Amino acid sequence: MTLLTVSGIRKSFGAVDVLHGVDFSVGAGEVLGLVGDNGAGKSTLMKIVTGMYKADAGDVVLGGTSVLDLSPGERRAKGIEMIYQDLALAKQQDVAANIFLGREPVRRVFGVNFVDRTKMKQDAQAMITRLGANLPAINRPVGSFSGGQQQSVAIARALTFNPKVVIMDEPTAALAVREVQGVLDLIRQLRDQGIGVILISHRLNDVLSVTDRIVVLHHGRAAANLVTKETTMTDVVSAIVGGGDMAEAAAHEAQG
Amino acid sequence: MATSPTRTDARRPGRWARLQARSIEQLHVRLESLIVLIALSTLMAILSPYFLSVSNFLNILLATSTIGVLAIAATFVLSSGGLDLSLGSVLGFSGVCGAAVAVKLGAPMPIAVIATIGAGALAGLVNGLIITRAFVPAFIVTLGMLGIARGLALVISDGRVIYGLPNAMVYLGQGRPFGIPMPVIIFIVTAIVTHMVLAYTRYGRHTLAIGDSENAARTSGINVDFHRLTLYVLSGGLAGLAGLLFATRINSGDPTAGIAYELTAITAAIIGGTNLFGGRGSILGTMIGALIMGVLQNGLNLLAVQSYYQQMAIGGVLILAVFIDQYQVRKESRI
Repeated sequence: MTLLTVSGIRKSFGAVDVLHGVDFSVGAGEVLGLVGDNGAGKSTLMKIVTGMYKADAGDVVLGGTSVLDLSPGERRAKGIEMIYQDLALAKQQDVAANIFLGREPVRRVFGVNFVDRTKMKQDAQAMITRLGANLPAINRPVGSFSGGQQQSVAIARALTFNPKVVIMDEPTAALAVREVQGVLDLIRQLRDQGIGVILISHRLNDVLSVTDRIVVLHHGRAAANLVTKETTMTDVVSAIVGGGDMAEAAAHEAQG
Repeated sequence: MATSPTRTDARRPGRWARLQARSIEQLHVRLESLIVLIALSTLMAILSPYFLSVSNFLNILLATSTIGVLAIAATFVLSSGGLDLSLGSVLGFSGVCGAAVAVKLGAPMPIAVIATIGAGALAGLVNGLIITRAFVPAFIVTLGMLGIARGLALVISDGRVIYGLPNAMVYLGQGRPFGIPMPVIIFIVTAIVTHMVLAYTRYGRHTLAIGDSENAARTSGINVDFHRLTLYVLSGGLAGLAGLLFATRINSGDPTAGIAYELTAITAAIIGGTNLFGGRGSILGTMIGALIMGVLQNGLNLLAVQSYYQQMAIGGVLILAVFIDQYQVRKESRI
């Protein structure tokens, strides 16, 4: 079942054409790898999906209806979540404030809506526990946490409101080996829950081990759409750099 | 530090740290500023027999009320990562506008009050529109407004003080229901309301988040530009309220009122724990900051210390406050 369909996306910044008509789709319970060289347009494409950028042409359809006219907040409410490479956390605020940023639960007192801190803390704690994340304290500024702990907060923020599609931009780039396995396990869990996952990564080993399909962006086009089971490292590397014999480069990648 | 010998977690916070954490979480106030206020008050009480009295306490609050309202404005804007240097000029401008509407046009008191606050909010709206739509840095826009609003105040008043406000207006500055000066009542009510807004509503939490990380706020779906715009309108409106308090207290619209007040207001906010670069701030903290300055000035007055030294003392307290704050933040986190 197709969940998210992106079709004919074009985008240019001034004279620079970044995307020239990109098509791809993600199904429920499917993990899609999105790979490509630096500057291939991966991040731009994802920011168009989340609504941070406006596309020049094309459509983004979630569950049969276009979300193109919706703001980033409205798209989040529809179930499109993204975990950014820089995590996009408010570092002086605590865990609960970050998880619920923009969607704070409120309690009405004398006709005024006040943020329901108690509920926020409880729900945040429950989410952190469910993820099995190990945080020193939930009421500390997230800037005082380690990189892996901060990432747990960013992940918790994306998963708290029952998303349909989760986009992860380089989630393993800054992590230790053990933490990488944790993130890959989490991606499999999300897949099993019927969530569509888009994984952007330079770590091709991770991409090959966890995805169902791989879309390769090359010069702003979807140069290849590969079924992971039938794909080798060589195919992926070749598509990323645009053809030629890539056995040596692929061997280098395979060594990790 | 560990309460039981079986626990050897080195990061377990001590009693002070836990008290501090609770104070920050529930009251949004760092304990150091409260300790400085209490210590300073105790010192003044020991040094001067006149310090500890209800009337002197009301004097301090009255002297703090105008700057205090401006400091509330400064807290909102600073904690969102912005800056408003036009606060003092907007205070003067709105006071003159209110006085002109009341005296020259003969408008009734409620209209004149709305005109005063509205003039401030309008100046804030202009600031906010240029900052969020034309992408001119807040420092430049509000520095420009500092000159424009002051110039407008002089143009409207023809460079002369507008005397003779109607009695109903003067009551706002000089009335004393139950022996409490009206400016003090207005100041405290404003402080309570704005504290609740900044600390406990979505609007306030979003303000801090925008100051902390604009990117985080945007990706969370917060309309950052519109939020910023409303903050400058709020800041201008509060400067208008301060202008109302100032004008009604001296019973006139003075075009030179409030010169350099923005710096004092920003000082109070920062002594109270507001982060100059955004992400942290509370009105209760700012009130403590404003009171530290008020107590310092009042105490030094009672001790007959020359006012030149008062300025030096306040400058020193500002630097000391930021030093303590930075020291604590470094110790507690690895930002």
